[in-house]
Amino acid sequence: MEKEILEQGLNLNRRKFLSRLSLGVGSAALGSLLIPDLFSGKSGAEEAMMAALPHFAPKAKRVIYLFQNGAPSQLESFDYKPLLQKSYGQDLPESIRQGQRLTGMTAGQDRFPLVGSYYDFQQYGESRAWISSLFPHTASIVDDICIVKSMHTEAINHDPALTFFQTGAQVGNRPSMGSWLSYGLGSENSNLPAFCVLLSRGKGNGQGVYSKLWSNGFLDATHQGVQFSNSDDPVLYLKDPESMSRSERRKMLDQIAAMNDLSYREFNDPAISAKVQQYEMAFRMQTAVPEMTDVSKEPDSIVKLYGPDCLVPGTYAANCLLARKLSESGVRFVQLYHQGWDQHGNLPNEMALQAKDVDQASAALITDLKQRGLLDETLVIWGGEFGRTNYCQGNIQVDNYGRDHHPRAFSIWMAGGGVKSGMVYGETDEFGYNIVKDPVHVHDFQATVMNLMGIDHEKLTYKHLGRRYRLTDVSGHVIKDLIA
Amino acid sequence: MTLSKRNIWLLLCSIPFFLSCQETKESEQSIAEIDQVSYNFHIRPILSDKCFACHGPDANKREADLRLDVESAAFAALKENPNKFAIVAGKPMESEVFHRIISEDPGELMPPLESNLKLSESEIGLIKKWIEQGAQYEPHWAFVKPEKRAIPSQVDWASNEIDAFAFQKMKAVGLEPNPEAKPYELIKRASLDLTGLPPSPEMLERFGDFSGDHSYEELLDGLLDQKAFGEKLAVLWMDLSRYADSYGYQDDNIRSQWPYRDWVIHAFNNNLPYDQFLTWQIAGDLLPDATKEQILATAFNRNHKYTEEGGVIDEEYRIEYVLDKTNTFSKGVLGITMECAQCHDHKYDPFSQKEYFEFFAFFNNTPEKGYEGDVSISKPAKTPVLWVERDDLDGILDFINYSDSTRLSISVMGELDEDEARSTYILDRGVYDAPSTEVFPSTPESILEFPESLPQNRLGLAQWTTSKDNPLTARVFVNLIWQEIFGTGIVKSAGDFGMQGDLPSHPELLDWLAVDFMENGWDIKRLYKQIMSSSTYRQSAHITSDHLETDPANVYLARAPRLRLPAENVQDLVLASSGLLVQKVGGPSVKGYQPEGIWEAASSGRGVLATYVQDEGESLYRRGLYNFIKLTVPPPKAIIFDSSNRDRCEITRGRTNTPLQALVMMNDPMVLEASRVLATSLWDKHADSPDAINEAFVRILCRPMKSEEKDLLEEYFEDQLERFESHQDQVKPTLEVGDYPLENEDINPKTAALMQVIVSLYNLEETITKI
Repeated sequence: MEKEILEQGLNLNRRKFLSRLSLGVGSAALGSLLIPDLFSGKSGAEEAMMAALPHFAPKAKRVIYLFQNGAPSQLESFDYKPLLQKSYGQDLPESIRQGQRLTGMTAGQDRFPLVGSYYDFQQYGESRAWISSLFPHTASIVDDICIVKSMHTEAINHDPALTFFQTGAQVGNRPSMGSWLSYGLGSENSNLPAFCVLLSRGKGNGQGVYSKLWSNGFLDATHQGVQFSNSDDPVLYLKDPESMSRSERRKMLDQIAAMNDLSYREFNDPAISAKVQQYEMAFRMQTAVPEMTDVSKEPDSIVKLYGPDCLVPGTYAANCLLARKLSESGVRFVQLYHQGWDQHGNLPNEMALQAKDVDQASAALITDLKQRGLLDETLVIWGGEFGRTNYCQGNIQVDNYGRDHHPRAFSIWMAGGGVKSGMVYGETDEFGYNIVKDPVHVHDFQATVMNLMGIDHEKLTYKHLGRRYRLTDVSGHVIKDLIA
Repeated sequence: MTLSKRNIWLLLCSIPFFLSCQETKESEQSIAEIDQVSYNFHIRPILSDKCFACHGPDANKREADLRLDVESAAFAALKENPNKFAIVAGKPMESEVFHRIISEDPGELMPPLESNLKLSESEIGLIKKWIEQGAQYEPHWAFVKPEKRAIPSQVDWASNEIDAFAFQKMKAVGLEPNPEAKPYELIKRASLDLTGLPPSPEMLERFGDFSGDHSYEELLDGLLDQKAFGEKLAVLWMDLSRYADSYGYQDDNIRSQWPYRDWVIHAFNNNLPYDQFLTWQIAGDLLPDATKEQILATAFNRNHKYTEEGGVIDEEYRIEYVLDKTNTFSKGVLGITMECAQCHDHKYDPFSQKEYFEFFAFFNNTPEKGYEGDVSISKPAKTPVLWVERDDLDGILDFINYSDSTRLSISVMGELDEDEARSTYILDRGVYDAPSTEVFPSTPESILEFPESLPQNRLGLAQWTTSKDNPLTARVFVNLIWQEIFGTGIVKSAGDFGMQGDLPSHPELLDWLAVDFMENGWDIKRLYKQIMSSSTYRQSAHITSDHLETDPANVYLARAPRLRLPAENVQDLVLASSGLLVQKVGGPSVKGYQPEGIWEAASSGRGVLATYVQDEGESLYRRGLYNFIKLTVPPPKAIIFDSSNRDRCEITRGRTNTPLQALVMMNDPMVLEASRVLATSLWDKHADSPDAINEAFVRILCRPMKSEEKDLLEEYFEDQLERFESHQDQVKPTLEVGDYPLENEDINPKTAALMQVIVSLYNLEETITKI
């Protein structure tokens, strides 16, 4: 019904100038939201580079990245180390630590007493992967995921480590992974941004997130992640004033377009027609986005799958469900951040609360994508920015201890999108301190994600202030063993 | 052979100009038509982009021990095969370089396949012709001291020297200058350029078509005298000096650097010469009998982020801060990307890693710490601190807008005494815990040698920077002002004048302006007036099909640009035209309307900025420059309109056009409130809707309304009036937006309808465009 009103609103005048103003701008292949500066003109070399994309047949079309912000402990989740339980309270041997640097938080400790997981582990699935009792739902999908136990990074503090994971550099204003993919592959949906960001907060000790993590850096601002909020205005300024109906908004946009058309006739500037197109896209987003964020029509089976929290906006579960909907609609990169994983103390208690927040919904997302036939083309990633120490920070008790930051080895998991399923990759030593097999550096991980998306990470570059930049900076190798 | 520096420009002047980005017609010009291939303009861009990474300045990554960036090395016998030479002047077929770039053997071909780089046919052709013509090398243009060259012959159209240079270029591509813009367009343009504010209806009336008592020159002088001038130019300098109101990182607590921002506004308004403006910021604390004002200026070096994350390693971050100071100075002031040389010798520019750390050494002798404690003991400034007392505020620092009785503290520079001076080392791979050789403060030799007569500290650096022999400082600043006015610099890559940067579109003009600027006392206001007095500036922005075909990017300046306003000025325009703007200069930053929950969603929950507490009263109606910038969550509206996130030194903003911008203009409470307040005040003045609409139009668009526009707007008004009369329940909810008091008598369909008309005006493309 509303649609009909809107159609009638398209008066003759508007049709006339919209066609004059359109000038083929709808065909912008790059860029999600925009028609960039029409005059910015890419260089011949850049155009050739973009035309070559994707570099090979992509396995995944879209990414959902479930970032566990604060760094969840690998030792209470996926990296089972019975030795630590046996060696409770004993000092970390210097032969293992090998003088590795410490953060300022434990640098002053005179001892480094080992502490094992308070939670039990069991083996699951055909891969016989060890998973702690904190993650029963994840355990139930273990044959759909690939656990990587040999991640390592260069940073030892949250901010640089997060920035490193997302942009490939610890400092600097570089484009985020989602921005790179938006830049390289564009959008599959003309009513939604190519790169969407969803935030939630857990109950554990939290570390903030920063908008530079989803920044476009030096890329065009159209590749910036669009942050969704859990208020009634899911995208900033999306919602019209209460008293404004869709048809009134339509009428105003027609008025604006008619006026802009007069200006176009005087100045002949294509930027004016581009502006009119952007108002049209804004209008479409006003309908498309609320439809997306409305979970009230989800069937009971879905609510049951993700858990009741999925009906509470702003929770991790609700964001997982929203991520599935956005991804299903063609959003290239959905980035979630769930805060609260920084357990310097009170780990057994806080970790349980955090796991409860994310376990069911993370697993539900995989199950849901699978039942829709989307898992094959959607890459899902779960993990934090580094790991945690095998020794205790602060006072040690069997049921109450803390762990400091540990960049040398940690675990993440990936699923779908061409990743081998039912696999455990990489190994750490029996202390869970050093990697002993198949290390995966953050740049390797990024190179692999790009590869799954059909991109050669060395070829997707952007020249800025004299230098060609890429997500993986100057290193990174595709881990072929992870690819199905 | 090497051409003498003196002859380069003479040569360049005779060369048809080639754009480095190769996006214009000229790039298709056949190589045969180029009489003399130029190393600087034709060859070096190719070699730099495709060859220097492995055969350039970086000694550690050099392949086959061959470098092509230095003439003697390129002509020398090859290390691998002493019978062969990379380049033999005049003989491409005997030059190994040429063989390798045309080779069909993938093992021989240069650049190698794995580099993902490739030479085009025309690039190969140019290299061949260059070798045939003798393979003449030239020093990099930007590192040669600028000189005033002969001004091209004057034409009637020209108002000053700028036009002579511009005319010559546009003529060469077959373009004619546009006619002069209409007087009201010029008034709006000049007002926006000099103050960032739209002209008031009174100003438009006073100057009219400039035929009366008030001339265009008087308009410029009047605008240059306004305090708003300093506020406008300060936006650029805040981006450059990465100014923010919080520390950044993790907990991102509040800091108080805003007195520095007030100083910048004051300095621009007082027309402090640019050489002094720089000197105070680089080394104000080292000047003899330094005043508190001069010390305050050094806050320039302290605006970067500071960590308050518990557990960081002190030295790692102290080094990071010194790197940021070095990189900001080199990019913002010298227009070079030194940071590449932080980890290794620069791959394109002649800066070694040693030179980088010699440069770094100037900034490495402060009592600054890497970590002063976490957010729980955070203070508004970090060591070293300048304390500002009441006496200062009544005296030398009276430009700081501060009424509170507590004293102010600002992070500024200080220098360690000789006996505790810090040694500087080259850091292997740029990493804080890998020091190697000790170095001492100095500057890159390829730019300008650091004279022995100067002190080896920041004061010496300031003197070196502002020396008339420095080839970069004046060029870079003049180019920045050009970019402010025309949207794009004469050198498009305003932050990179190095080998990989864009070549100047008008090299002779850039040099003439730079030298003239120095000769006239580094006078910033004079520079503005000079550019804005030119006929080039005063052209109409009308675009013809000729323009679109020949010069879509407006490189040849045969028209005025049409440019979307910067984020801050969008806010300024809305507030000023509605009458809401509070024109108070300076003071602590303000927190205006912001969608709920944005800070909270991203916060760690610690520190005073964990929650957003919106200001009230006049703080809601200040200029965009004064918006509070929390680094981890910069003001969303500004970011949507392409402002810098202030994470790093930035000197060129993008200018995108996105649906998110449309949503802001449609639904931002600031725009809606301004529309409501203007509607109310118009009904106080006018009885009839055509009069009210007319005044709204003039206030917002700054020009007379055309009859077609009048018809459309009046029709829309009648439609909206009918809507609100038949839906009275929509009136109050529509008008009730923003904190500005809404009187009962104004709650009526007429006001609501006029408000909608005004909202539609704010949403016009032209409204937020400089024409």
